[in-house]
Order: sequence, then structure tokens, then C-alpha cells
Amino acid sequence: MQTLLSKYTPVTESEVKIWFKAGPIHAFPDNAGACVKYQDKQIAVFHFTAQGRWYACQNLCPHRMEMVLSRGLIGDEKGEPKVACPMHKRTFSLLTGENLNGDCGTIAVYPVKVSDGEVYIGFS
Amino acid sequence: MGNDKLGVFVYRTIEDLEQITQYGMKLAAKGVATPAAVLGGGLLGLEAAKAVRDLGLETHVVEFAPRLMPRQLDERAADLLREAIQGIGVQVHLSKNTRLIAGQERMSHLEFVDGSSLPAEMLVISAGILPRDELASLGGLEVGPRGGVVVDEYMRSSDPNVYAIGEVALYQGMVLALVAPGYEMAEVAVGNILGKDNSMSPVVDLSTSLKLIGIDVASFGDVFGTQAPQRAIVFEDKLKGIYKRLNVSEDGKKLLGGILVGEASDYNQLLQIYKNGITLPPEPEALIVKLAGGESAFGSVLDLPDAAVICSCESVSKGQICAAVSEAGCETLKAITKCTKAISGCGGCKPMVDDLLKGALKAMGKTVKETVCEHFPHSRQELFDIVKVKNYTRFETVIAEHGTGYGCEVCKPVLASIFASIHAETAVAQSGIQDTNDRFLANIQRNGTYSVVPRIPGGEITPEKLIAIGEVAQKYALYTKITGGQRIDLFGARLDDLPFIWEELIAAGFESGHAYGKALRTVKSCVGSTWCRFGMLDSVSFAIEVEERYKGIRAPHKIKGGVSGCIRECAEARGKDFGIIATEEGWNLYVCGNGGANPKHAVLLAEKIDSQTCLRYLDRFLMFYIKTAGPLVRTAPWLEKMEGGINYLREVIVNDSLGIGAELDVDMANLINNYQCEWKEAVENPAIRARFKHFVNSEETDENIEFVSLREQKMPRAW
Repeated sequence: MQTLLSKYTPVTESEVKIWFKAGPIHAFPDNAGACVKYQDKQIAVFHFTAQGRWYACQNLCPHRMEMVLSRGLIGDEKGEPKVACPMHKRTFSLLTGENLNGDCGTIAVYPVKVSDGEVYIGFS
Repeated sequence: MGNDKLGVFVYRTIEDLEQITQYGMKLAAKGVATPAAVLGGGLLGLEAAKAVRDLGLETHVVEFAPRLMPRQLDERAADLLREAIQGIGVQVHLSKNTRLIAGQERMSHLEFVDGSSLPAEMLVISAGILPRDELASLGGLEVGPRGGVVVDEYMRSSDPNVYAIGEVALYQGMVLALVAPGYEMAEVAVGNILGKDNSMSPVVDLSTSLKLIGIDVASFGDVFGTQAPQRAIVFEDKLKGIYKRLNVSEDGKKLLGGILVGEASDYNQLLQIYKNGITLPPEPEALIVKLAGGESAFGSVLDLPDAAVICSCESVSKGQICAAVSEAGCETLKAITKCTKAISGCGGCKPMVDDLLKGALKAMGKTVKETVCEHFPHSRQELFDIVKVKNYTRFETVIAEHGTGYGCEVCKPVLASIFASIHAETAVAQSGIQDTNDRFLANIQRNGTYSVVPRIPGGEITPEKLIAIGEVAQKYALYTKITGGQRIDLFGARLDDLPFIWEELIAAGFESGHAYGKALRTVKSCVGSTWCRFGMLDSVSFAIEVEERYKGIRAPHKIKGGVSGCIRECAEARGKDFGIIATEEGWNLYVCGNGGANPKHAVLLAEKIDSQTCLRYLDRFLMFYIKTAGPLVRTAPWLEKMEGGINYLREVIVNDSLGIGAELDVDMANLINNYQCEWKEAVENPAIRARFKHFVNSEETDENIEFVSLREQKMPRAW
């Protein structure tokens, strides 16, 4: 169980060594999330279409260790973008990965960039 | 005697519990019903017994006194509790004085003073508290015959410079094993050390309320009615397992103590009345016997004195909570908790704090509004009206025009539900604002797989359709189970299998059962007059008609119905949001019941009506609920909060007192006439169908999904 969690460590924009091409913009749903496979990792990618913003985090919810975050509802808490786990509604900041309504620990977030209609996720 | 044998445990630390669990599981693994005993029929003993029972052992509780929980309960209450405990398979032995824990190296049985014995291979001792008073004895302080440092009302021991509090102290001949008196003792001791003249209150607060093995048990104040002249008011319903006793002063004006078993939701209010010496209403029995449709007999929490302790876990008074609102500017429960710590313990005071918050805000002239979340300054009902009047169809437009921010997991599904109720829109139209179950039209389960429930109206199904379900389940290796709503649930479907599964189910004539939605679920039926020799009317046909009529309709919460063919009520219709029961002279229509954590019987809305009238009332009732209830509020709590209760609702629905009947009829007809099976829509539309895959960039499936076998089927592998 811990080994599954340890696969996911946060990456900041300056640490990015590989920009992984996850797919064209239209492959991702508007104002919602989808799951991207990168090597043995599952990454949840969210398109805040109305704001023109993209975020990515681990697909694994640390609360009950389910691969489900990409299916959660997205939104904001006082302006901070967040995702709510569909299982038990734990919410996580998509800026810091912090659990906003409990003590679940922090999830790994990844930088996202869009270029020539393609979505890229940054890994170190 | 003999407590050094293998299999004997005390119950004190986490390590003790781990050892008990390990030993118990080993015994249970032997496969035969191995007897185990718990010594002590108090709070902790009974909890231990439940745990031992859950390990799979044949469980016995041995109590020295002639009844269970002798300090908290009177004989009738204890008797009821004993029956309930025996009902979950725990045997109770009262008036048993244990002489010996017998056996060789391992214990084998208990021997009692009366000559009888009880086989037991494990024993958990939970027979009160043994104060660790070794230091006090060594120091020459007076200790009780069964242990405990003797203290006076100032918490002084026999040496006035030494104080003792908590479970080591022996006060009035008792070791008090509860946290509330512990807090009071601490306050008294500190006060005296600082030179103040504090002393314990004349009556020690032994109030407790807890869910014991799934049964509410609470007592407060003078439980046995022995401390002052008084009379007892007792309500007992053996069938429902409810016992309530109030001890009131001779003049009937003050509450002195009480016991609640089986139903203790009013404990907090009763405790407030007792603690604050509030004058009782002229008919105090109304405090424990609720009359159908009657108003609450409790006054408002706003009438309590400022000193009244509202949150006993953190001892926060009414005055402190009101000040947090009026002086510190708190406007939400969250803010009050942050400011005062109230509600952060057991949470039992939450409804009272909520009332105080609203009352205090109102007193400041602020309008109290139940907004859905931080993104909209509106209630659900207001949002409903806004969407309807402006004819909005998109979430983005509503939040841009009437809200702030991006939305969240609360307001998005609320608006999705409102769009569904106004525009008869299915969940596939705006999937991004649906909860995951509605987004993928299935119920998410452990390990992220989904379960599938086809609609089986009224629970009637042909052999051909049963076979079709069986074949689909077999093909996709799904775990199958009959649900409580007379249909069949198929578990363990991967996201990418869902459209294929539904393609086959639709071909076999099935439609979505909306088991995933806040929507009409099932209309359960008994077999009715076509087959049953007692049946008055054809309940199955009517249940099917009703379920077909309202299928797909979304609401603030799920809606369930039932139709029974006679008053024997085999469909359990009164445990549903609407229940229809046949009589010799037509249908009786009951509304606003539910099962679940807080069961409520539906109450009579209209009687002796024909099918057509019944459907008209149902149309109006459901539409009125859909329009006016808060998010995730089921019909029972909706009715409870409605001013005027069932009489008002009857006026609106039956007598059209608001003049909105015709409008409700039209709105409901719109929903009924525009029904479409959203799974059919999803399967036939390639763009919607493409949503059902685990990865956007790979055709692979989630490798983390693992199953293990379970009784010839399967279940998710547990972490």
C-alpha cells in the first residue's frame, strides 16, 4: 500500500525534466477530469475550461487508496482550485495537493502545459 | 482467582485489545461455536461483549448485580436492554458472583458462588475500575476498602495538602469513571489550591448518552428518583424496544432525572432542561411521547439561560456561542467551532448550536439564509426559481450571472438536479456537474468499479428477463445480489465495460434503474390481490404503474415508494417516501417515511381514494418536494421542518390552499412525458460512449483492480 503511494511525489515547474504528451485538448472533458497513464503512474488531469486553466495530480486518493480522483467534481474553495474525491468527498487543493477538509495528507501535484493543441504533464 | 490463566484478559490499553482480538480470532478459527465470556455488564463490558460477538465467538455476559448497567438504568430499562442484547446473540447471566476462573494452563470455565458454572475459553474482565492508589497507600493516605483515595467535596484526601481527582479518587464511596465529573473535580481541586472555596455540586453529574451495540442508551440526573420526593413518568413500547422515564418534582415543574433506552434523540434537550432547572410544560409527558404530526414539546434553545452548557465535550455555554456570533462575527458553524471549539467533540450539540447561530444572527437583524455553498448567496429553492424564471440551461451561465468562483462538489450537483427537474434533462447532458455516480450512470464501489441496477418495476420480472440478467452477469463476471428494493444489483463492472453491459441489458428490454441518482428508485410491492388470499387491491399492477410514471425523475434526494395490497403491509410502504396501502374502500396514501439511520413511518395524507386521485396527489406531493426541499434533504426531514407539518402539507396537496395545484400538475406532466432512458442515450451516442474508459491516452484498464473469491462469486481485494 505504501509502495503505491510512494510512486507519487510532487513536481514543481522548475524540476521538470520530461514533458509527457498526454493527448490533444479535445480528448479531455470540459470542466472535469480524466486519467492519464504515464509509465506505471496514473495521473488525474483537470481542465477548468471556463478559466482556461489545467491542473494535474495523482489519481490515487490517499484516504482509502482508490484510483478515482480523476472522476471527482472540481471547483474552488475561496478561489483555490480543488478536486473532491468521488468516494467520500475528501477535497484536495490542486495548487498544493493539501487535503482541505480533513487530515488525509498531501497528494502529489504536477505541472501542466498546453502547446499546439496538445496537453503535456511535467515529470522530474 | 485464576486470572493468570491463558485466555483471561483485562481491557485497559490498546495492547490489551490487540491481544484479545488475536486470541479471539484464533478461537473463532476453530470453526465450532467456542464459548467466551465477558465479566461485567456495565458500559464497557457490553461494548466488549459486542466486540467478542463480532469475532465470531459464542458470547456470554456475566454480571454480579441483578440487572445490566446497574448504575445507569432501572430494572425495566435494564430488562429491555437485556432483551435487545440477547437479540443480537449475546447471552446474559445476572446475579452471578464469580468464585473461580477454572482450567489447567488455559481457562476452561467459570465457577460461580451459587454452585453453577459456565464453559468459556476466553474471558474479558471489565468489572469496574481498580484505582491505582499504590502511591497513596504508601504515603499513608486513607484509601477505600476496595481501593481509591478517599476525598471530600473539596477533592482533599485525608491529608489536606494532597488532592486526588479522576478515577483514582473515591468520592461519596464511588469511583466515578466518567469524563464530566472528572472535569468538575479538576476545577474544584484547582480552585481550592488557589485558595477559592469551590466544592462539588450536590448531585454528581453522571449523565451519559451513547450508542451501545447499536442501541441508544442515555441517563441523566437522579436516575432512580431517590434523592428527593418526586414522581416518575414512564413510557414503554416493548415491541419497538423503547423505554423512557422522566423523574419530575412533586409539583411537576422541574425535571430531576431520566432514562432513555432505544430512542435517545431528545437527550440533549432533556439534559438542558434538567441542568438549567427550566420549568416543565404543563404536560411533561409530551417530552417523551411524540404525538403524530404534533409540534415539538421542547421550547427553543434560545430560551435557555446564558450559562447553559451546550457543548459538554468542550464545556461551551450558550453565552459563549452567542458571543462568538455577536462579538467575534462568526456566521457559520465552522467559524463557531474554530472560535469556541463547540461541536468538535461528539457533535451531539450541532443542531442546538445551529439554532443558536440562526437565532443570534436574527437578533442582530441579519437575514439568515441557508445558502447551498460559498459560490451562491441563494438557497436551493431560490436557485430553482431563478433557473425556472430565466430559463437557464447551463451551469456556467448560472454561476456567471448569480454566483462567484468555479463552483464545487455541492452546488454543481444541486444545479444538475434543478436542470433535471425543470428541463427534464438527463444526466448525460452536462456530465461535468454530476457526481461521479450520475456522470457514469452507475454506483461507484470499493476499488473504483461500479455496480449496475436495471429497473424492475414493482419487483415483477419474467423468467426470460431473469435469464438475461444472469447471462450478462456471467459474461462480465459480476457479483450479483438481490437489493432491498426488489431488484438485482450487479457489482464489479469496470468503467469501460459499462456501455457493453448496458447494450446487452437494453437489448433484453431493460432500462436504467437510476440506482445511482438522487431520483426515483423503486416502488416496492407485495403480491397483492391477484394471488394473495388477503389482498384487497392489485398492488403489483399499481406499483408498476406508479414506478413507470415517475421513473427517471430527479429530486433533492432519492425517492422510494411502496404499494401494499392490504393492511398487513408486506411491502413496508410506510417506510418509504410515499406508501400506498389498499383498504376495502380504496387506497390510503402515506407520505414522508424512510428507513435508514433514522427510520420514520410515513404519515397519512389521504384515505380511501381511487387510483386516479392517488396519482394526482402523488404528482403534486413529489413536485412540491422537488421544488422546495433543500439539497440532500429527504421527504421526512423536509416535512419535519415544514411549518404546520402534515396538516399544512395536506392543505397544499389535497385542498390546493396555495393555488399552485395546476402548476404542480403541469410541471410533473412535463417530467413524465419527457422521460427517456439515459443509458439508451449513452449507448447509442458515440461521443457519450467514449467517456467510459479509464485512461484518455491508453486502451488499457486499471491494473490496480483486484478481486478475491467469495462464496462462489467475487469481491474487491481489501487493503
